[in-house]
Amino acid sequence: MHELSLCRAVADVVTSHAERRDVTRVTVQVGHLRQVVPDTLVFCWKMVTDGTELAGCELAVEHVPAVGVCRSCGARNELDEPVLRCAACGGRDVVLVSGEELLVASMDLATSD
Amino acid sequence: MGRFHRHSDETAHRHGGPDGSHGSHDGADTGNGSHDGADAGHGGHDHGAGSDVGDHSGYRSGPERVELLKEILSENDRTAAANRADFAASGVSVVNLMSSPGAGKTTLLRRTLTILGPGIKVGVLEGDIETSLDADRLEGLGAEVTLVNTSAGFGAECHLDAVMVRSALPRLPLSSLDLVVIENVGNLVCPAEFDVGEHARAMVFSVTEGEEKPLKYPVMFRSADVVVVNKVDLLPYLDFDLDLFLSNLADVNPGATVVRTSARTGEGLDGWCSWLRGLASR
Repeated sequence: MHELSLCRAVADVVTSHAERRDVTRVTVQVGHLRQVVPDTLVFCWKMVTDGTELAGCELAVEHVPAVGVCRSCGARNELDEPVLRCAACGGRDVVLVSGEELLVASMDLATSD
Repeated sequence: MGRFHRHSDETAHRHGGPDGSHGSHDGADTGNGSHDGADAGHGGHDHGAGSDVGDHSGYRSGPERVELLKEILSENDRTAAANRADFAASGVSVVNLMSSPGAGKTTLLRRTLTILGPGIKVGVLEGDIETSLDADRLEGLGAEVTLVNTSAGFGAECHLDAVMVRSALPRLPLSSLDLVVIENVGNLVCPAEFDVGEHARAMVFSVTEGEEKPLKYPVMFRSADVVVVNKVDLLPYLDFDLDLFLSNLADVNPGATVVRTSARTGEGLDGWCSWLRGLASR
């Protein structure tokens, strides 16, 4: 259940950047290779934000595919499984170029007076 | 484990300056375009000249999307760096010991403390959700042991994070130690996500757990520098296919060091202890 910890961390990041403006939506990016369950994240987000200045703010979770580049043959492949093996040549010298993201990508601010 | 996409985004996002220009986005300019799908979140953000969004110093501001591209765990990582600096200042090496519940971390640690003996001064930071059972089992073996119960916060945590570890550091005499073992909470998912300031990660895997575990818990297995395959004395009584496990492990973490042990019989513990001695004398 580290989604709860992640949500608290997201709330801290957003609160520190929002400068007291109303935040309507927060978008996070979660890489395919992270063991984070999007539905759990959304559930925990409500728990963490209820009763705070972020209450009612929507959490959007963007999935980032895992992509590896083979250093032997240069092939670039999307990895469904967490296996670092080149689909083209079978080599194991595969470097991840995405799939491990755990980012607060953006926040949407409401109109302020 | 090298994590992709880390930004040195230490400064806060700033909204419009005195000249009415749009605020700066430190770190954001290196983050675009290097992975598919990321751009979906960037479209609503107006960098155009003359835009007055973002300037809310007492004026009305329209709705806007503010790009942050900030590591969710940046606060944790900052505290982990502070822990690491303290470890370096004291000349102590630190290993984060992780496993599922019941894999044998504490039994392994008991045997390890006996073998390392007085030659290597060891501190143990024992993470436990609620009890002191594991810490009690380590008493009397010459190590400095301190307990961190993770239930103190908002709900029991299933892992140690850098802040919890930091809170326990004053209770360990770091400068007189050679090695600190952080025994994490038994869990194959959450501990792997949290850097606590360690120099190396070790995981204990027991052969009663099944060959497919590296594929089911790749984050944990990929993050380990050394995998201790424990309870090998049980192999004759199990259907466990060690070669298949090693192949699955190589699929997710080809560089991991593997040590086969039985904490019960003592088999293989010399190899594990030499790995620890190497870490302590680095």
